[in-house]
Order: sequence, then structure tokens, then C-alpha cells
Amino acid sequence: MSENTRSATPMSRQIAEHHSLLDRTLALPRPILVMLSVLLVGFAMSQIAIGYLVISGQLDGKWYDIRDLGNAMISLDGVIQNSEMDSRIASTLAYLIPTLAGATGIVSIVGGWLLIGPWVERRLIAKFQIRQGPNRTGPFGLLQTLADALKLMQKEIIIPSGADRFLYFVPPVAVFIPAILGWAPIPWSPKMSYADLDVGVLFVIAISSLGVLAVFMAGWASNNHYSLLGAMRTIAMMISYEIPISVSLLAVVLLTGSTKLSEIVLWQSEHGVWLVMLIPFAALAFLFASTAEINRTPNDIGEAESEIVAGFYTEYSGMKAGLFMGVELANAILVGALMSTFFLGGYTMFGLETWIPGYLILATKIGLVYFLFVWIRATLPRFRLDQLMGFAWKFLIPVSIALMFLTAIESSILVRWDVPNFLSLGLIGLVNITSAAGLTFVWLRVLFRDTDLSTPPAPILTREMGGLQAAKVLRG
Amino acid sequence: MDSPGIVIGFYMMAGLALGSGTLVFLARNLLHALAFLVISFLSMAGLFLTLSADFIAMAQILIYAGSISVLMVFAVMLTPLASRDNGNTIYVLPGLLAAGGIATFVGFLALDTSWSGPATDFTTTIDLIGNLLLGKYVLAFEIASVLLLFALIGAIMLVQTSSSDQEEGEADD
Amino acid sequence: MTEIYELIFEIGLMHYLIVSGSVFGLGTAIALGKRSAIAVLMGIELMLNGSILALLAFSRFPQNTSSDAGLVDGHVFVVFILSVAAAEAAVALALSVLVYRKRETVDLDRINLMRW
Repeated sequence: MSENTRSATPMSRQIAEHHSLLDRTLALPRPILVMLSVLLVGFAMSQIAIGYLVISGQLDGKWYDIRDLGNAMISLDGVIQNSEMDSRIASTLAYLIPTLAGATGIVSIVGGWLLIGPWVERRLIAKFQIRQGPNRTGPFGLLQTLADALKLMQKEIIIPSGADRFLYFVPPVAVFIPAILGWAPIPWSPKMSYADLDVGVLFVIAISSLGVLAVFMAGWASNNHYSLLGAMRTIAMMISYEIPISVSLLAVVLLTGSTKLSEIVLWQSEHGVWLVMLIPFAALAFLFASTAEINRTPNDIGEAESEIVAGFYTEYSGMKAGLFMGVELANAILVGALMSTFFLGGYTMFGLETWIPGYLILATKIGLVYFLFVWIRATLPRFRLDQLMGFAWKFLIPVSIALMFLTAIESSILVRWDVPNFLSLGLIGLVNITSAAGLTFVWLRVLFRDTDLSTPPAPILTREMGGLQAAKVLRG
Repeated sequence: MDSPGIVIGFYMMAGLALGSGTLVFLARNLLHALAFLVISFLSMAGLFLTLSADFIAMAQILIYAGSISVLMVFAVMLTPLASRDNGNTIYVLPGLLAAGGIATFVGFLALDTSWSGPATDFTTTIDLIGNLLLGKYVLAFEIASVLLLFALIGAIMLVQTSSSDQEEGEADD
Repeated sequence: MTEIYELIFEIGLMHYLIVSGSVFGLGTAIALGKRSAIAVLMGIELMLNGSILALLAFSRFPQNTSSDAGLVDGHVFVVFILSVAAAEAAVALALSVLVYRKRETVDLDRINLMRW
């Protein structure tokens, strides 16, 4: 329990007196400090042992090579083929066991994140806002998610009277389908991706366009004008921002020459560069458009509490609304994984992946992108709907397409030019960054040439405009 | 094509496609029919996957289930006083007879012909399709893009009202 | 007995063509028999889907190995079908919204100005 419940000290003094993490760690009781130092020494020794094994090459390809869990599956496959089983049962088993293991892994990742994600997000936003997040339910507030889930589960399920029975129960489940399916093509290690499709990039785009229908069904089936309006706004935003996502991924495919996600990651590892350094505008457009796709601040106008109560899921109560709130988090780490795979190098880290397992590197990158999302959420106010749509159609789409043309020219030069990577890729990065910045400035100047940005228009009271008949007055 | 995965997948997807297609006909509400139509599009995409047509399956999900269905949803939204009860006209019986005739004819043809040859082995289709689209069929590709541009502009121009911008939020896929 | 086993458990061109014909027939029934213009459009999209399935099945089980058609010409034709289907769906729905504005209905039984 915190002691400053009603403190009268100014905020700067509270911050100055707050002990840093190092001070609080060194102030722990002595036995715990001894145990922690023993664990640290043990960890260092294990890392040295792993380093010796890795360098001497004794670990490659064995089934206990945990740097790549696909090795276990390949050994299992070999064991099944060499055994005395009927060939059809053998092939079915060889197909079924990795499938079930991978599916269990993906569902446990998403489910596990839904358990700790809300806690992480709330504590992190609180840190940004110089306050403590939930810290009462359990030590450090860790049981807050459980308390929220129990609260939602025991709520009365109120179904609106005119609600369409068939279309009302489907959306809370249907919004989770893209959030879980999107994890399939993501490579966690060289031999570890659930379904490494040849058209992985197209799969990602297609799956993200399925979420729109669930939102519409939720808004329609609620038999509520305002839910329908919220659903229409959300759908308009989601389908508008699918285009910058597709164009950015098209730029990625142009440079790497493949739509297979594992080959995109391998291209980044072979050329020793992350795609975010080569096509930064595409990466930023992908990031911003993805926050609009998953209805996250600053683009959550469709479901923000102060705007439209809860938008398309206003009429959902209990765990149904809980599922809608949970899918926002699940989609957030999915977008983190996609951003890491496409633009941040995936499971590779310039050679570190022979030491640390690739999936840990990818998990770290997902955490970093998620931290970026929470940072943006804690800092920026949300955009209005017409600002969002104008931004998408007037700025993001034309500039993305123009820069994608430039990337196409560069990729065809890159294939034919026989220069060391440093020179050609450095040149491409430089040209991309300067052209992106230049095009942005020029285009914004063109778009806003009729408005005076130094003196924004002051808000006018409706009363002065003519009250409720203001629309008629405006139309003249 | 006799691996158990493809056999099970084919029967499941085919059953789902035909079942949801029937339910589109029999649904009593236009939006229920739309939901069943989306399920039939997704099951057709599954059938395309059993045929190793990976690019077309993803394009089907993107275009049909992702965009055309949303277009139909918007059309239903923008026609609020139209009847939404998915009723049949008086020509439903001749229509059913014609449909049954076509299906029987194609089915009989399929069963009676002795089809030859083994299945071709696609590893990936997207490279080959790309080469053909920009090689042998480049004229049709360009004309298709011009067609899409005309459809886009035409759809926007059609629904514009004369005076001011009353109709915003129009889907123009 | 083995013939029935082969018919059921070995998926060939015949199975896909039967499904394609049935889906096409279903689409025809919906397109000819429904009252709302949007439902008719749903039937037309089902018909297009059936023909796409037939094209892809013939591309996978080619019947004439000596022609100069390549492996994936069927797929390319399907790409054009998809784009044309999207274009005509957009224009058809825009037209139905326009008709709705004039006559407050999209009921095809009532939009019969040209009948007499």
C-alpha cells in the first residue's frame, strides 16, 4: 500500500524523493540479495557454456537445440517415419503433432498476453502519467486482470429487445479470428513458423480485411442507431487504412523480392540491414495505419468512451464486451509481430540469433513495438473522424503510392547493380529518407495552401450561429 | 490428390459452400443471407486452396469477403426503406428449374466424361501469374486497370447529389 | 468396390466440376428468383464463383498437354474475373442506390417502367 495517499508536496518533490530501481533493489533484505547474486552468477556461467556449445557447433540440428524448436519437430518426424507404423497413420501423425503443438503455442501466446496485457498497459500508461497504476489487487496489482475478468463474467447479459439473434452472438467471437489467424505465417526461428505460406504477405492483408465484417455485424445486430453510426464510422476508417498497409507491404515485397515472410526476414539478415532503415516512410505508414486498423489511440474514435459511449459494442454486456476490449490488445501484439517481421528484421539480430534463441529476440521486438504503441496512446490525443479520413485519403495514400514507385525503381536498380551492399543500400536509404521528407513537406504545403496554419479558426458557439438551425444558416 | 488432408478439406469446404449457398436462398432476412454469402465466399477460398491456387484464394478472401461484402453491406444501409425480407418473385419456380437443369447438366457432363491426365504440380503460382500478367497478357491487364478506374469514377459520379456533399462515407471499392 | 473407393477418396476433376456446377446453379436460382436487387447481385457473385472454381480445376488438371497454354493461364483469367466482378458489383450497387432514391424501393417487381 502506498503511503502518499493525500500528499501536499508538489509533484517535483515527490519525483525527487522517489527512490530509483537500483536503490530499491539494494535495500532488499540480505538473503534475497545473496540468492539474486547466486542466480546471476549461474546465469552468466550457463551463457558461457551455451557459447562454447554454439561456437564448437555441437548444438546444431539436435533435437535439444532450443534455439529453434523446429528441430524437435523434425526429429519427431524422423522417429515417426522410421518406426513400424502403417504409412497412413504415420503421415497423419507426422502432420497432426506439429500442427497441434503450433496451434497450442499460438493460442497460449495470445491467451497469456490477454492475462498480463491489461496490467502491463495500465501500469505503463500510469508511469507515463506519473502516477501508479493498479496496485491494490494482489502484489503490485498483478491480479487486476483476473478481477476484471471475473467482474465481466458475472455481469448480467442484457440482450437488446430487437436484436437480431443470429447476428448478435457471432461478432465477439468473429473479431478474434483475424487476431489469432494472423500469427500463422510469422517466423519465430528459421524452422519455426506455423504456416509459412508462399503468399504470406497477401494472407496478412486478407486476414486484416475480415475484421471489418465482424464490426459491422456487431453494430447492426444491436438494433441501436448510435451503435450503427459507430460501426459505420469504424468500418469507414478500417477500410480506408487498409490501402496504406497494402502499399507499404508492397514496397517491402518489391525490395525483398518475395511474398514469403521467412524470406523477407532472411533478406534482411543477409543484407545486414533492417527495412525500417531503407523505407522509413513505409514503416511509419504501416505503423500508423495499423493503429487505425486495430482501433487504438490515437485512432480509436469509433469506440472511445468519451465520444460515443462504446461505439459498435455499446449494447454488449459482460464478457462479450470484454472480448471486444481484449481483441484490441491481441491485435496490438499481432501488429507488433508483423512490424517486427517486416521492418525490424524479425528473429534475426545481425548474428545474435545463433546465441540467443530467435523467438526470444522476436518477443523482445514485439515488446518494444508494443511499448511504442502504449507510449503513443499515453501521449497523443485522439483524432477526429474527418481528420483521420482526410489524412488517409489525402496524404497517406498518394504519398505512399509515390514513394512505392520510387522503391520499385530502386529495387530494379538494386538487382542489376554490382556494388557492395553498403554502398547500394546506403544510397537507397538516403534517397528514400530525403525524398520522403521532401515529398511530405511539399505535399502538405500543397494541401494546406488555402488555410492559414498560424491562426487556426477559433471555435464558434452554436448559439451564435443560430442555435439548432445552424445547419440551415450554413447552407444559406 | 488422395492425401487425407485434401480429401477431408475438399468435402468440408464443398459441403460448407453448398450448404451456405442454399441458406442464402432460404434465409428470411437480407442480412442473414449476406452473412451466409460471406461464409460461402470463405469456403470457396478453401476449395481454391485444395487446388493449390494460393494467390487466387487470398485474392478471393481480400476482394470478395473483404470488399464486395462490405459494398453490399453499405448498399443495404443506404436503402433503409427497401424491404429486407429476402422474398422470392413469381419467377422463382422457373428459376429453380433452370438452376436445377444447369446443375444436372454440368454434373452429368462431369460424371460421364473420362477425364485424362494427372494433376500438375504447382509449387507456387504467384511468380508464374506475375510473369504472365506482365508478359503475355499485359494488354488485358492494362485494360482491366482502366476498367477499374472507370468503375471507381463512375460509381462516385453516379451517387453524387447535385447540390452539396451530403453523401460522405461512400464505399468506392 | 475399389471403384467407389476411388470415386470417394481420390479427388479428381469430376468432383470439382460437380461442385462448380452446383454453386453455379445455386447462383442462378438466387439471381432469377429473388425480389431485391441486392439479393440478385448476391446470386450473380455466386455464379462468378462457380465459374472461377471450374477454371481453377481445369488449370490444375489440364486436359490437353500439347497446347501452348501455360500452367497458370487459368489463374490469370481468374484475376481478370475478380477485377471485373469487383467493378460490376460497385457499379450495380451504385445503380441500385440511385434507383432507390427515385422510387424508394429496390424491389425488382416494382421497377417495371419498361414493361408495358
